[in-house]
Amino acid sequence: MTSRIRWFASCALVLALAIGGCSGQKKADEIVIGEYGSLTGNDATFGQSTKEGVELALSELPEGKLGGLPVRCVVEDDRGLPEEAVTVVKKLVSQDQVCAVIGEVASSRSIAAAPVCQEAGVLMISPSSTNFKVTQQGDYIFRMCFIDDFQGTVMAKFAALNLKLTKVAILEDARNDYSVGLADIFAKAFVSLGGTIPGKVQAYNAGDTDFRSQLTAIKAMNPQAIWCPGYYTEAGLIARQARELGIKVPLLGGDGWESEKLLEIGGEALNGCYYSNHYAADNPDPRLQAFLTSYKAKFGKESDAIGGLAYDAAKVLFQSMQTLQTLDAAAFAGLGSSKAGTPARREATKKLRDIVAGLKDYPGVTGVITLDSNRNATKPAVVLEIKDGKKVYNTTVNP
Amino acid sequence: MRQLSWFAGSLVALWALDRLLPRVLNPYALQIVMLCGVNVMLAVSLNLINGFTGQFSIGHAGFMAVGAYTSAMFSIHVGQPWVASMVALGLPAPVAQGAALLVALLTGGAAAAVAGYVVGLPSLRLRGDYLAIVTLGFGEIIRVVITNVNAVGASRGLSDIPHWSSVFWVGLGALTVVLASLHLAGSCHGRALFAIRDDEIAAEALGIDTTRYKVLAFVMGSFFAGVAGGLFAHDQTYLNPSTFQFIKSIEVIAMVVLGGLGSVTGSVIAAVILTLLPELLRPIKDLRMVIYSLMLIVLMIVRPQGLFGSRELRLPWRRRTARPA
Amino acid sequence: MSEFLQQLVNGLTSGSVYALIALGYTMVYGILRLINFAHGDVYMLGAFFGLFAARALHAGVDPNPVKALAVLLVAMAGCGIAGVIIERCAYKPVRRSPRLSALITAIGVSLLLENGGRVVFGADPKFFPQIIPSRIISLGGGVSISNQQIIILGVSLTLMILLRLLVKHTRVGKAMQAVSWNPTAAALMGISVDRIITFTFMIGSMLAAAAGVLVALKDPKIEPYMGMLPGLKAFVAAVLGGIGNIPGAVLGGLVMGIAEVMVVGYVSPTYRDAIAFVLLIVILLVRPAGILGRNTTEKV
Repeated sequence: MTSRIRWFASCALVLALAIGGCSGQKKADEIVIGEYGSLTGNDATFGQSTKEGVELALSELPEGKLGGLPVRCVVEDDRGLPEEAVTVVKKLVSQDQVCAVIGEVASSRSIAAAPVCQEAGVLMISPSSTNFKVTQQGDYIFRMCFIDDFQGTVMAKFAALNLKLTKVAILEDARNDYSVGLADIFAKAFVSLGGTIPGKVQAYNAGDTDFRSQLTAIKAMNPQAIWCPGYYTEAGLIARQARELGIKVPLLGGDGWESEKLLEIGGEALNGCYYSNHYAADNPDPRLQAFLTSYKAKFGKESDAIGGLAYDAAKVLFQSMQTLQTLDAAAFAGLGSSKAGTPARREATKKLRDIVAGLKDYPGVTGVITLDSNRNATKPAVVLEIKDGKKVYNTTVNP
Repeated sequence: MRQLSWFAGSLVALWALDRLLPRVLNPYALQIVMLCGVNVMLAVSLNLINGFTGQFSIGHAGFMAVGAYTSAMFSIHVGQPWVASMVALGLPAPVAQGAALLVALLTGGAAAAVAGYVVGLPSLRLRGDYLAIVTLGFGEIIRVVITNVNAVGASRGLSDIPHWSSVFWVGLGALTVVLASLHLAGSCHGRALFAIRDDEIAAEALGIDTTRYKVLAFVMGSFFAGVAGGLFAHDQTYLNPSTFQFIKSIEVIAMVVLGGLGSVTGSVIAAVILTLLPELLRPIKDLRMVIYSLMLIVLMIVRPQGLFGSRELRLPWRRRTARPA
Repeated sequence: MSEFLQQLVNGLTSGSVYALIALGYTMVYGILRLINFAHGDVYMLGAFFGLFAARALHAGVDPNPVKALAVLLVAMAGCGIAGVIIERCAYKPVRRSPRLSALITAIGVSLLLENGGRVVFGADPKFFPQIIPSRIISLGGGVSISNQQIIILGVSLTLMILLRLLVKHTRVGKAMQAVSWNPTAAALMGISVDRIITFTFMIGSMLAAAAGVLVALKDPKIEPYMGMLPGLKAFVAAVLGGIGNIPGAVLGGLVMGIAEVMVVGYVSPTYRDAIAFVLLIVILLVRPAGILGRNTTEKV
């Protein structure tokens, strides 16, 4: 009998803790923004770079305040899983009650989490998700980068016109929208320029470590290059294994290759390969160089394009909030944490959205950003070559 | 008559909760409540297979996946257009959505039941460890197949599922599974299942059709898992095959084992505890799975029968049978 | 034709790794009738121990065969100890319990190793240094093999032969066989069943560690969850060959490796993970004892 009572008591306690844990506490008014990314998992450098870029932008706010209110960023890890991205964004939106969210890098995760932000009327700025569908999820969803329709065409043109290739095999990552979408776009563009895609499109799943079967099949097709629009971890391993199998042709990739770990993983196997990116680190542009210097000073390592784009995303957000305060201080107050859940907040985020949507000629470190009617940025793409173990600038392609 | 009034009363209570909870709790807490309900359904349905019948099935996530995807596809392609046309004709939206959800859930459950039949049949020849691995294998095969079917979004996932789940539906689902299980346990069919669990050869010798009952357990268990999957799908509005990996099956097993194999109340309470615990531990959530695994090990060494063993919680004022003098 | 031969070479290499892991499974099952779910995670531990050893010895920076061998031995030793600890702490208490409890304990240990590994080592993948630099050797006809693959085949074969010698020609080996036939009778014969069981676990774990290091050589990305799926596939390989049967495990591993590679290369790479389980279901329906196994009758 007593053990049964004990059971009831402990269950009640657990429930009480749960409900207690869910209610918020009263704090001083502040602006809370959220950032979500893959801090752990297969493509962990994406999440880490995003976090660092946002942190750098935050540290540049005078006294950490905007319009008199302190700014705080809640960082969540989605472990590289789309459904985890949904859960953490739900938490950011409902529990932390953020007024804006920065994220994600991977298109699959942005697409999964975007409806949550759209439904709640919270802005979402993706630093570098390039799949077309991301901004289609709603008018509160923005991105700071170009889209794959552009990127795929850029690389197809590069392959056909610069490298003069006519036969390119494709090895895509079946697990994410980005890779599949980019592979499709490249294929269409390449074919329309007179090239051919021999054989079947080969695929792997992100997280695989052995690509020898797919590469053996590709070798039998005898292509002049392999289009490999996946993320950096697999790209590096694929390059290594390709060379082991005696495949000597170059590999081509997209901005998913952009990571400081790419060369560590791929090593010499990546020499002679090309990929498209948002900027080149050796671009002498003063804004970019200043950013790279302060990033290195703060974090002790080189930034990658993801960090730069996250920095731009955060700066754009802050600048827009500042504009809102100047234009309509009463509405700006709605962004404060004390107004969370009230109509004033909805009003504020709506006005903020309109300001961000009208972004024109913003001088970002990753280039001049103008958002078009689909809330995508029209920016040039840069093609990088890997030579002697270093990323070297090759060409710029303008939209 | 008494049972009917109990049931009607529960429906009213659920409806009231459905109105009340969204006002009291924020969306995040509400989601946890929904997840509790889904996990209760999963745990109790697995208890039917593992606890009542003693068949060690560790591929439950596969059945949930089948139910989730089937009901989601049904809703997207058939349910939603139907609801739109009904609303245009003047039917109030919640009613139309509720009806569409019910049909979608039953479809998902039926598909999962078919999967349960397919898994159950060949597994009949196998015992213990082999059965476990085969069910695990089926769960993985189902997941890999889903990853390869582009029509359901393959490994990129299925989105735009209509958000029709609510506290009412999840509560109703959980209630149904629990009542069905308790009813089964008290019936002669339930006794046959227990007999098979205790000593299959003796049961066979006594004339119980073990084949039929084992398949029945699988089919029933997977049906309810499928319905749970459907409710899950219509709450999350997005499905990804990586949700249904082996780990998910383990989480359900942990619930059944913690509660006590064979105890319905045990499964319910353990499901609630194991849903709330990770959320409460979110600050140290890195250690969540470490704690889970330690719990499993310690439990097996110290108290392998779980919280309730195979007993149920009896409400003290409902003593039905008179004691012999 | 050269594509087929190349796939065959790839298949043999990954098959020999599965075989090494399967040996550990089959030995433990033969003695304890327990599917040691944690075995795949011991394989993962082996890869990580190897990583730390390689870093400590700077084997990646200036590689030489002696250092590489040292890395392998350190990993094997480390996992041997880990195997003994797991057996003593987690499996011994449930030895007399029903099989279900033991299985759940095994699952618990597996999860503990995986998640504990994630907490201790970090969840992002680490890169195993090239302790033996890769060189391509052309076998003619468009087929090539890397020296790493040759080393994998060689080391696996050596270890398997050593194991067979151990089991067939030493006293300890005979004791292991006796315990797997009938533990009670073996105890009556004066064999310390406890010690034999611990010894078996140790040997099995050492083999898994070797597999871990070899795989890390070939596919240098290692992370705490890397052992789950190969572990399951190796178990299927053991069942395929006949569980409890050592040559069976080797055969099963090779068949599994080749089947996987063929399906990935010729049918579709995304079905890779399902193949193992399809094979399992087929073999359990058609010939439950496995290719080299014996049919045992169940006494009522």
